[in-house]
Amino acid sequence: MNNWVVAYAKAVVKLRWIIVLASIAGVMFLASGGRFIEFSNDYRYFFTEQNPNLQAFERLERTYTSPDTLLWVMRPNEGTMTTPERLAIIKEITERAWQTPYSIRVDSLTNYQHTTAENDDLTVRDLVPDPEALDKEDANEVGDIALGEPVIAKRLISEDETTSAVVATLRMPRDDQVATSKVMEYARTLLADMREKHPDIRFELTGSVALSNSFSEAAQNDLKILTPAMYIVLALTVFLLTRSFSGTLATILVVTLSAFGAMGLVMGWLGVKLTPPSAGAPTIILTIAVADSIHVLVTMLVEMRKGRTKHEAIVESLRVNWGPVFLTSVTTAIGFASLNFSDAPPFRDLGNTAAAGALIAWVLSISFLPALIAILPVNAKGAIVRQSEFMERFAETVIGNWRKLLVIMTIVIIAFATLLPRFVFNDRFVTYFDDRMEFRVASDWAAEHLTGIYQISYSLSAGEPGGVSNPEYVAKLEEFADWFRQQPEVVHVSTFSDVMKRINKSMHGDKESYYRVPDEREMAAQFLLLYEMSLPYGLDLNDQINVDKSATKLTLTLTDISTVEMQDLINRADTWLRENAPEHMYSYPAGQAVMFAFIGRNNFDAMTSGTAIALILISGCLMLALRNLKLGLISLIPNLTPPIVAFGILALFTAEVGFWSTFVIATALGLIVDATVHFLSKYRRARFEHGKDAEDSVRYAFSTVGTALWVSTFVLVIGFAILALSPFKVNAMLGLMVALTVACALIIDFLLLPSLLIALDRRKKAANPKLEAASSAPAE
Amino acid sequence: MLTNRYNRFAFFGNGKPNKEDLMTIRQATHCQIKQGIMIAALMLALPAGISAAFAADAPALPEDPVAKGLAIAEETDRRNQGFGDTQASMKMILENAYGETSERELRSMTLENEEENEGDWTLNVFDRPRDVDGTALLTYSKILDPDDQWMYLPAVKRVKRISSVNKSGPFMGSEFAFEDFSSQEVGKYSYKWLRDEACPDPVAERTCHVTERYPLYEHSGYTRQVVWTDTQDYQPRKIEFYDRKDKLLKTLTLTEYKLYQDKYWRAHDLYMENHVTGKSTRLTWEDYAFNTGLTEDDFNTNALKRAR
Repeated sequence: MNNWVVAYAKAVVKLRWIIVLASIAGVMFLASGGRFIEFSNDYRYFFTEQNPNLQAFERLERTYTSPDTLLWVMRPNEGTMTTPERLAIIKEITERAWQTPYSIRVDSLTNYQHTTAENDDLTVRDLVPDPEALDKEDANEVGDIALGEPVIAKRLISEDETTSAVVATLRMPRDDQVATSKVMEYARTLLADMREKHPDIRFELTGSVALSNSFSEAAQNDLKILTPAMYIVLALTVFLLTRSFSGTLATILVVTLSAFGAMGLVMGWLGVKLTPPSAGAPTIILTIAVADSIHVLVTMLVEMRKGRTKHEAIVESLRVNWGPVFLTSVTTAIGFASLNFSDAPPFRDLGNTAAAGALIAWVLSISFLPALIAILPVNAKGAIVRQSEFMERFAETVIGNWRKLLVIMTIVIIAFATLLPRFVFNDRFVTYFDDRMEFRVASDWAAEHLTGIYQISYSLSAGEPGGVSNPEYVAKLEEFADWFRQQPEVVHVSTFSDVMKRINKSMHGDKESYYRVPDEREMAAQFLLLYEMSLPYGLDLNDQINVDKSATKLTLTLTDISTVEMQDLINRADTWLRENAPEHMYSYPAGQAVMFAFIGRNNFDAMTSGTAIALILISGCLMLALRNLKLGLISLIPNLTPPIVAFGILALFTAEVGFWSTFVIATALGLIVDATVHFLSKYRRARFEHGKDAEDSVRYAFSTVGTALWVSTFVLVIGFAILALSPFKVNAMLGLMVALTVACALIIDFLLLPSLLIALDRRKKAANPKLEAASSAPAE
Repeated sequence: MLTNRYNRFAFFGNGKPNKEDLMTIRQATHCQIKQGIMIAALMLALPAGISAAFAADAPALPEDPVAKGLAIAEETDRRNQGFGDTQASMKMILENAYGETSERELRSMTLENEEENEGDWTLNVFDRPRDVDGTALLTYSKILDPDDQWMYLPAVKRVKRISSVNKSGPFMGSEFAFEDFSSQEVGKYSYKWLRDEACPDPVAERTCHVTERYPLYEHSGYTRQVVWTDTQDYQPRKIEFYDRKDKLLKTLTLTEYKLYQDKYWRAHDLYMENHVTGKSTRLTWEDYAFNTGLTEDDFNTNALKRAR
């Protein structure tokens, strides 16, 4: 293979201009797909079409009305919202909320359809048609009426009357960035106007449209801030390491072209939508692409310092690095490609983009990079040598203490492993965003004072068309709603039984004793017909009764509970329905909160097999490359233990992980394996080609690749740590944990792996070096 | 227009004018619609057999878009005047975005109101769904005020008076609001003619006036409607409804027109499509009967109880 590579390398140097221009043209073509790149801000994109929770959610959406909402929440610094002036503010927001693009419904304290009855006269009107006409007492009475209506109490007005909300329901076009921006622009203008006009009241904006918008804002933030930050770190690192402007420039070009090429190919030409997770791809590609360049550059500079000409050094560098660079690129690509097992499409996109980036980086590192370096002037007077002296001293320390290290490291790893069963999944989607995001602040505040953002809905069948008027059905609904109201996790229950009871009371001259389920089915149906006839546009009951009146929607608003608690509540409700309700009424809940409640578990199951397959493939590559089963098996330990330690460290701080955690191992595996490959291949060369014993081989490995390993690990850690600065916590935690895993991997490679090699490999002390060497062809 | 109506009824008191008389008086008292109407009115005075042919004749319309829009609406209204009373059965098929359907059936009686400033009187008796069988709704429709409405509920054997300004909510859960098919009086809107163009399918070979109209009722659910009025028979072929933020909300397509009494066109298939929710409702009329001898006595709260 060496001859072939040398011939190739010589050709690259000779045809340098053609290769540079052809590479740039090729990548430009790939990158030109970038003009097709679209953002996706649809939270539904986190779920596959086969996801049963998404299917239930969409069924609910099509049967009733749209679940997309915006909430303007307000709370004065002092006093209550139920004063004539403040009711006028609510009315103004209500009317302006109607002008929100795509709005189909607006619910507020002022436009709540209040029914009153006097004998056989039934009046249905806005609760507050004209706030200016109210005096203080009237306004107080509005508060009393509102708190007496379970439909709006604790949803549109808090129990202490200090906090109120105006809720717009919107019918958003699916996955339309422009539409969401338009809606948010309108909603924020309204918010800003109100804040300016009424400085004594705090206004906040939340709701599922704000959530969607936060997704795209987070993605844009990552692209705008994190990617440039990554560039600066890369340029500095490469320059400090090589002390070569040309080398730094060439590396920056390689990683830039890799990122642009991969983004253009996957996001543009293949039409994948950009989401917050995949917006992390450029940062990841920059990180993983730089390693290849560093290896090629460093070897070349070392060779030049030894006295070779630049062109000779390039050929030698390609010869030496051909195998490892190819292998590490392939294992990295396999690791990322295994994200395709995920149940969350944005992470499949991230994996595919990063895998494409790794492969493009590989191609460029062995063609464009050497060709460009052959053209640019290179000065090799830098100071790279001193560091390897440090590595040699370090090697002596490790070899001198290998028994201790083996014991200590084993104990540490086992100790961390015992912490892992503590972990539970928690995917409250509000916490995907940190305090820098407006949505997070607003939602937390709204949840504290009035209502939570986590809602789950049940479509409860009455068994037959018109069955919603059946008194038994309504009574059962009431029972179910009452049961929920006793659960500590539930803030508000919206149920058709409350509507029916209210109508029944109004139809009996507002007598309190009739605030109950109507006695007969026909009576209920006729009351309902009359009531529906009296409602205005946008405030009808179609959002909670289906067309043939055979089912109603019951919606819970929950406190800020974890997804485990939510699953527990769902399970208890499930049991209640099975034990107490007729069979036709049984249903499984749906909602954004439910979808995210199971995203952790679904992805864990999917990624467990994905990670296992990636591990098998990567280990297979390793064994093939090392051509030695024993070393291959030993390599499993430094490859598998770093995630255990990293999660063990995390467990010291928290027991909760989001669904991002299921992607950490697959992502990190392809990266941590690189260090193992480099270390073991040098060890193998010393042990079997040069016939050294295990200890000397470890010395050799440390002195040849030690420096390169900690430098490339440093770049990876910094790269993924930069991702940890994202306000989108899914990206941030994934970045943080991959960085931690890679760092742990280096420590294990430097402390545990040498000790293991000495312990397991030393008995065969240079038995028959020639035979060993003959049986194993060189890996590099 | 209101002046016109006032005059018309002032001449005839409470008696029912026949159509020839009506046209003559109308022509005589109308100051805006000029020559064309006069010719048309003269033609209408000919034996009734020719009146259907007349319907194809267009009146001369003023140039000004606002006056022209009003004139078109008045012409539509004029051609419907004098129908006296009708009875018909209605069926609604509701469909949601999921393709699930549900049916409603009712019978409808209408009495042409001869009072100024008021709309027609209707009495709707619900037959299906079964649970509301026999429930009956009496409406005295108004022009700019809330309608007077009473409903008889057989389950409690009581008549309830409904006091609500709302006519914009869904009628029986359908895509029709009560205001969409309650009596269409000229005075409910202001108008503006936009253009003439080919009528929508299935009568694309004809020409339509396209007019915008703006609801004057404070609590209407719409900012405006765009109406395609056939230039031959002055019947609406299509109406687009724009919501409060002036976005297209619904489209109503009216087809299966049949001529009654050689004068009165009635659409038998009204298809309302909601562009926002993806839901739709098909409303079909059957068994139209004109001049069935209904009187005001058939449209009061006592009649409501007997309506079943």
